[in-house]
Amino acid sequence: MPVLTDLLFYAFAGLALLFGLLCVANPFSRNPITSAMFLVLTIVSLAGLFILLHAFFLAAVQVLVYAGAVMVLFLFVIMLLDLRQSEERQIRILTIGTGALAVAAIAGILIRAVIAAKPLASSPGLAGETKALGRLLFTQYLLPFEVMSLLLLVGMVGVILLSKKETE
Amino acid sequence: MTPGIHHYLVVSALLFSLGLFGVLARRNLIVIYMSLELMLNAANLTLVAFSRFNENLNGQVMVFFIITVAAAEVAVGLALIVALYRKRRTADVDDLTSLRF
Repeated sequence: MPVLTDLLFYAFAGLALLFGLLCVANPFSRNPITSAMFLVLTIVSLAGLFILLHAFFLAAVQVLVYAGAVMVLFLFVIMLLDLRQSEERQIRILTIGTGALAVAAIAGILIRAVIAAKPLASSPGLAGETKALGRLLFTQYLLPFEVMSLLLLVGMVGVILLSKKETE
Repeated sequence: MTPGIHHYLVVSALLFSLGLFGVLARRNLIVIYMSLELMLNAANLTLVAFSRFNENLNGQVMVFFIITVAAAEVAVGLALIVALYRKRRTADVDDLTSLRF
């Protein structure tokens, strides 16, 4: 008798893989906007998997930061650049073939390694993860946390510098 | 069958491979960038799964930092693409061959 969470795992995993496939290799549309939309769906499915793994805070951050902020940035740039002419390009069979071959090899190696690995002790149980995560962030990982804010500041300055119009 | 860590790792490996395929096969810079994000997300799933099954929260902290760095990386990368597009009027990697020997 399968439990609901087990079914949810298979549902979210299948959806993430399906949407991921449609994101990188959509047979119906080569429009970057379509890819971006399917990437949003993939990220939301992954947030569902995070919830099944009891990483509630990370699921919320995933939806807020990835599906929200990052994808809005992607859509903004796609629409700013107006990339419609790229749809007319020819697909080259050789590129797709070599790409698929390399990827199949990597996937085979990864999955073989995963299956050959010794199983961990199951029956996981972490309680009150969000609270513990916050405590960890502000005690043991306080310095990386602050350095991260500096990184974001540097990134912001860099973006402004890179994207501003060059004036004489 | 109750999903154990192997299930999550296989899903993550498949997602990573999809992202890699996108990077290798697609010609549009922005789609390549989105495939990179897919690979980062696959790595995040691995870390969260290990964090859960090892009962250790350090993996989740790592994912939190990865998400932050990825956000900064996306902003800088897209700004680079915009700057490149201003100069060369293209976002197709087949046209950006001036560094090819």
